[in-house]
Amino acid sequence: MLSRLASQRLIEVRQAFRLSAQVYRSFSTALNYHIDGPDNNPDLPWEFSEANKAKVKGILSHYPSNYKQSGVIPLLDLAQQQHGGWLPVSAMNAVAKVVGVAPIRVYEVATFYSMFNRSKVGKYHLLVCGTTPCMICGSREIEGALLKHLGVERNEVTKDGLFSVGEMECMGSCVNAPMIAVADYTNGSEGYTYNYYEDVTTQRVVEIVEMLRRGEKPPVGTQNPKRIMSGPEGGNTTLLSDPKPPACRDLDAC
Amino acid sequence: MGLGLLTSRTLKSSRILHSQYSRFRPIVTKPKLQSPDASSAAAAAPQPETTPSPPKKPVGGARIHFTNPDDVIEVFVDGFPVKIPKGMTVLQACEIAGVDIPRFCYHSRLSIAGNCRMCLVEVEKSPKPVASCAMPALPGMKIKTDTPLAKKAREGVMEFLLMNHPLDCPICDQGGECDLQDQSMAFGSDRGRFTEMKRSVVDKNLGPLVKTVMTRCIQCTRCVRFATEVAGVQDLGMLGRGSGEEIGTYVEKLMTSELSGNVIDICPVGALTSKPFAFKARNWELKGTETIDVTDAVGSNIRIDSRGPEVMRILPRLNEDINEEWISDKTRFCYDGLKRQRLNDPMIRGADGRFKAVSWRDALAVVAEVALHVKPEEIVGIAGQLSDAESMMALKDLLNRMGSNNVWCEGTGTNPSADLRYRYLMNSSIAGLEKADVFLLVGTQPRYEAAMINARIRKTVRASNAKVGYIGPPADFNYDYQHLGVGPKTLLEIAEGRHSFCSAILNAKNPAIIVGSGLFEREDKDAIFYAAETIAKNGNVIRPDWNGFNVLLLSAAQAAALDLGLVPESSSSIESAKFLYIMGADDVNLDKVPADAFVVYQGHHGDRSVYRANVILPSAAYSEKEGTYENTEGRTQQTLPAVPTVGDARDDWKIIRALSEVSRICLPYDTLLSLRSRMRTVAPNLLHVDEIEPATFGPSLSIDCTQEINLTPFKAAVENFYMTNSVTRASKIMAQCSAMLLKE
Repeated sequence: MLSRLASQRLIEVRQAFRLSAQVYRSFSTALNYHIDGPDNNPDLPWEFSEANKAKVKGILSHYPSNYKQSGVIPLLDLAQQQHGGWLPVSAMNAVAKVVGVAPIRVYEVATFYSMFNRSKVGKYHLLVCGTTPCMICGSREIEGALLKHLGVERNEVTKDGLFSVGEMECMGSCVNAPMIAVADYTNGSEGYTYNYYEDVTTQRVVEIVEMLRRGEKPPVGTQNPKRIMSGPEGGNTTLLSDPKPPACRDLDAC
Repeated sequence: MGLGLLTSRTLKSSRILHSQYSRFRPIVTKPKLQSPDASSAAAAAPQPETTPSPPKKPVGGARIHFTNPDDVIEVFVDGFPVKIPKGMTVLQACEIAGVDIPRFCYHSRLSIAGNCRMCLVEVEKSPKPVASCAMPALPGMKIKTDTPLAKKAREGVMEFLLMNHPLDCPICDQGGECDLQDQSMAFGSDRGRFTEMKRSVVDKNLGPLVKTVMTRCIQCTRCVRFATEVAGVQDLGMLGRGSGEEIGTYVEKLMTSELSGNVIDICPVGALTSKPFAFKARNWELKGTETIDVTDAVGSNIRIDSRGPEVMRILPRLNEDINEEWISDKTRFCYDGLKRQRLNDPMIRGADGRFKAVSWRDALAVVAEVALHVKPEEIVGIAGQLSDAESMMALKDLLNRMGSNNVWCEGTGTNPSADLRYRYLMNSSIAGLEKADVFLLVGTQPRYEAAMINARIRKTVRASNAKVGYIGPPADFNYDYQHLGVGPKTLLEIAEGRHSFCSAILNAKNPAIIVGSGLFEREDKDAIFYAAETIAKNGNVIRPDWNGFNVLLLSAAQAAALDLGLVPESSSSIESAKFLYIMGADDVNLDKVPADAFVVYQGHHGDRSVYRANVILPSAAYSEKEGTYENTEGRTQQTLPAVPTVGDARDDWKIIRALSEVSRICLPYDTLLSLRSRMRTVAPNLLHVDEIEPATFGPSLSIDCTQEINLTPFKAAVENFYMTNSVTRASKIMAQCSAMLLKE
């Protein structure tokens, strides 16, 4: 009895100390269902551009003709680049038509992957890595600085339509944590780039944002001047000499 | 499912045993419930724990066919050897061994998803429990279903499923027939360790039939697979990922399938429930009556659940040969039509044109008086599309004894031919359609005329890539088909071998031709049938081992009517009728009936023909009477009364029998049995219940047709799938469906 009361109390205390009220974190930029809007409804016409139609053909050529639906992910990616970083429902319908499946099969894929944005994003979509190594190295602060500087919420687009901030799972730069990735949709699908800015600090991300705003191209990779790529700060500290050959390889000595 | 039934049955029987303590219901202690042998006793029928000979019977009548004797493998389920064909899954092997494995996502008629993980079993030499529904059984596999490991694994799965499942069983319509509820009795804990917030999901609008409470969904994806595979509408999908996963249509869309009601049955939880049945009754209050459906010519096997005098809902019954385990929405939801627009008293139209309720004695006296004063050839009888064989027999006998032979069933056309049974039956049988590899649909739209037969065709098309050619007005079927043409011109081209589809029929192993019975109404129907028979002859459609010449009837009464010889003597008798006896026929054109004709309407609904009637004799609907019906493949089946009749209504045949007595003709049968023995002399097959009586003769007996074919295109036989007879026209749900679904 007493132990049950105690455990109940513990649960209450734990709940009171829980940091935010938000218990459900979605990485996706939109809801799992579609709501018609002026810029996103099935009646809007949407088509791949002429240049991209050739790319579509190229993508589909990778798959057997009876398994065209295998190309749905690269095609959705192409459609997203063409449409300024997000997928309206009519673009998904267009992809469904290209691969010859029911639209719902494309919606399933697009809602599954958080990299497909189903609501509007900025020309520069800033993705802050939120996985453990980056989080330990302060990705929450990075995101906070970005949001504060741009004056937006997560997944909200700035008034000028230039920036939006999202979160992404590990992008594999843990050695240079914390990092952000910037998806650049300013030049359509031809000039689409996807750049990593690593070893960022709260000041540096703001600088990067300002450089992007001015149209400059900040140097990609590590932002720590003392590091070369993912090498340690200030040069190598170990394995400085040539490796000694292992004794056992010396067959004569054996 | 089976497990749930067994659980409830064991619980029930134990309650009966303990009835002396009924005032204090014993609380079953947890350790007993949680111990492995208690759950296995609940999961399977009690059986002696001895090693020799498997004591359990296969679950749910599971059958095995060994197509190739080399493909037999032996596995051991809980120590008992079972012989199964190669390619079966572990779960199926367990079912044949008589062990019911708990499951949510697995459904024998759908593809395997393997995502609920409830069916975990232990397999010897396997490091982890395996999902039995997705694991193929291998020779010599030693499967253990009731070990502590398997039980613990299932308990873990159950805990995760219950984590996000709301605790709203008291207000959930699935309560009492919920797989999750039943299985949590065996594998669930009485307390949870989950202290976070439960997730909630926005409900979806799937139309007027299916109510959604998506928070209850456990993501088994049965509904998605059903919609995609059986119903053929790719609307539902699994959206999102992880804990945010939900079933939905993404864009706002109604489920426009005529089989959509079946997702209610296959949903293992209360996420998809019946909208018309919502909060109406609990399943344990209902009395189930196993009967058959008469809203189309398929004769789907149904169970009418009633409470007191009211039909509460209609559910499908398993019949592999007819409807498998699905029924169409019309069958399932037409029942509220049985409560509206009913005729409950005999009525006579007075001089002011208004009906006045009278006693049976007066009504029958008036009818008999008129009938005795008209000339025999001016007497006409029309049976309706919901009439049972007994009443049609009685009607025909009555009119014959009055001297008239002008009696027919609506929908069989002005000049029906009942001489050759193959000309009005589905000769390859409904289940036999699965063997066909080419279909030629002539003037028929099975999707709207007989949704269950369309589901068979779709199943065949999916399974074996069967080719479908269609002649008729543009239609939207839920499978790929080739639209060959709109009218008899194309049919003639195929008959003469000038059409490209001929080669498909010639190359097919089992070609099937399906002719719609909407063509019965055409003047040139003999010529059309002759053309279709020519195709059958040229394409080798009728062979000793395969008869692919099919006629798809529209209504439940037609086959029996033609078997009983309800064929009018003259095709224009209705124009000179002085005494018209309408037995539930609401789709006949009564414009040509002379103004001075006396019209008797015997039926259960105040529908179209009542406007012209002089006397109304109320009769029982199909849910209230015992009657024989023959479906489109010639299978005789019987309905059973589920609810009492409304008001002063009587069975159809009894009314006719009473009328014959008042008219001093006196039909020689007083009971249903003696009426049936009268039926035996006319059509003995109508007494062989649940059997198909195949047509004896083929087209070899038909004479050459000299009739000129009329080139006007075929018409759609069914305009509105949801409203085809007096019951469905009176139904509010069907009206909502036609308003919301057909407009899309």
